[in-house]
Amino acid sequence: MADRIIPSPVQSPESEPFYAAAKEGKFMIRRCKDCGKPHWYPRALCPFCFGDTEWEAASGDGIIYSFSPMRRAGYTIAYVTLKEGPTMLTNIIGDPDKLACGAPVKLQWTVTEDGTPVPTFAAA
Amino acid sequence: MSIKGRAYIVGAFEHPTRKAPDKSVAQLHAECAKGALADAGLKKSDIDGYICAGDAPGMGPINMLDYMNLKVRFFDSTDVGGSSYIAHVAHAAQAIAMGKANVVLITLAGRPRSEGQATGTAARPGNPAIPDSPWETHFAPVTANVYAMVAARHMYEYGTTSEQLAWIKVAASHHAQYNEHAMLRNVVTVEDVVNSPMVSDPLHRLDCCVISDGGGALIVTSPEIARSLKRPLVKVMGAGEAPKGQFGGEVDLRFSGGAWSGPMAFAEAGVRPADIKYASIYDSFTITVLQQIEDMGFCERGRGGAFVSDGNLISGVGKLPFNTDGGGLCNNHPANRGGITKVIEAVRQLRGEAHPKVQVPNCDLALAHGTGGLIGSRHGSATLIMERE
Repeated sequence: MADRIIPSPVQSPESEPFYAAAKEGKFMIRRCKDCGKPHWYPRALCPFCFGDTEWEAASGDGIIYSFSPMRRAGYTIAYVTLKEGPTMLTNIIGDPDKLACGAPVKLQWTVTEDGTPVPTFAAA
Repeated sequence: MSIKGRAYIVGAFEHPTRKAPDKSVAQLHAECAKGALADAGLKKSDIDGYICAGDAPGMGPINMLDYMNLKVRFFDSTDVGGSSYIAHVAHAAQAIAMGKANVVLITLAGRPRSEGQATGTAARPGNPAIPDSPWETHFAPVTANVYAMVAARHMYEYGTTSEQLAWIKVAASHHAQYNEHAMLRNVVTVEDVVNSPMVSDPLHRLDCCVISDGGGALIVTSPEIARSLKRPLVKVMGAGEAPKGQFGGEVDLRFSGGAWSGPMAFAEAGVRPADIKYASIYDSFTITVLQQIEDMGFCERGRGGAFVSDGNLISGVGKLPFNTDGGGLCNNHPANRGGITKVIEAVRQLRGEAHPKVQVPNCDLALAHGTGGLIGSRHGSATLIMERE
């Protein structure tokens, strides 16, 4: 299937540092300085305890929690559970017929039209 | 304090149109309001409370209140998508129980069909003010594929099949054949569903609801006023509402907010799932019904596939007659929001006014349940239990 062109993300003050790091190839998540838990999507205040959070580098390794190919539109939506714990909404690049829930995937940046990379995944 | 027994649904009206390019959305709301008043036997001037949601044009309830020229002392515009109108009945009952209103009007209307919206598969533009948008919108989580991920996970966890999901559409089509207003009146088979074009794997075209224009309205009132009218008495017994999201990344697609709103409603009503004679279950997709049936406790979690199979949802055939108007899958999904039609068909069943071919005998206890938003990411759930007095 023809891959859909992923548009550039809209930005907020909470997302700008993530995409700045992405341009340097770094995949960052946020962890709470109080309760120690990581979360997704990144927030200034911890979604579990409202503690202050900080950025940390993540491995980019994960497994597919669920996915759905839309073959005519040319993309596969997915939830990927990161090795660090949180599950994130993303796209999986490549042949959807080779995907399965529970299968390992690896981060593969996709550069969008204004040059901003977004975190997509491919079969590991 | 409980709403149990403190409010009654005395007016219910479903607009007969399914395509209305010649009517404004405000006009459709007002026509539904007029229909519900006539059904109840009440006058426009009796209304002293009004509730609407995001389909109502303008700011909250304000522009529609002005269009209809209603003077009220209670209003609300809680918007939790398609489940709003089920929650609205509970909110109306709360206002009535507290003495803040006597006659509350609830309306829904919209024209997505005339306006040509590709509702289920169209990517939405990003909005930096919505907190998840910088992280998700560019990946194009549309309605169909986010629901499809719930189905894919259900299949992975529990071995649910496309054929089992198809039975939900088959049951809806058996009911829709008797509804002269239904968009899709042809009875379909499991094979028809699984052989229809794939929209978002594993959901096929016939796993998806219709896109229709139209609307509906409800009138909720006090026990005293309800008893003064000439309609069968449909009493509010219990209600629940709950949001569900991604839990900060601890995503769990095995259940919806209905797993919380359902038990709240049953506890307030003091009844059990086995007592329910008829259920209106939100059916944006077949998987929506399957998951809500489990969430309501009609069967064990993970067993929904077996439960819905072999006609178990068909009135007169199975144990849990559902959506006897044909539901969103076959009849109507006005404004892309199916909550009000869920309450309306439950009221018809409790009054004994459903089509004779689908009327549940001695239907004295019914449930209406809805979801609004996306069950695979963020949504509101609302459950309502009603009794014929």
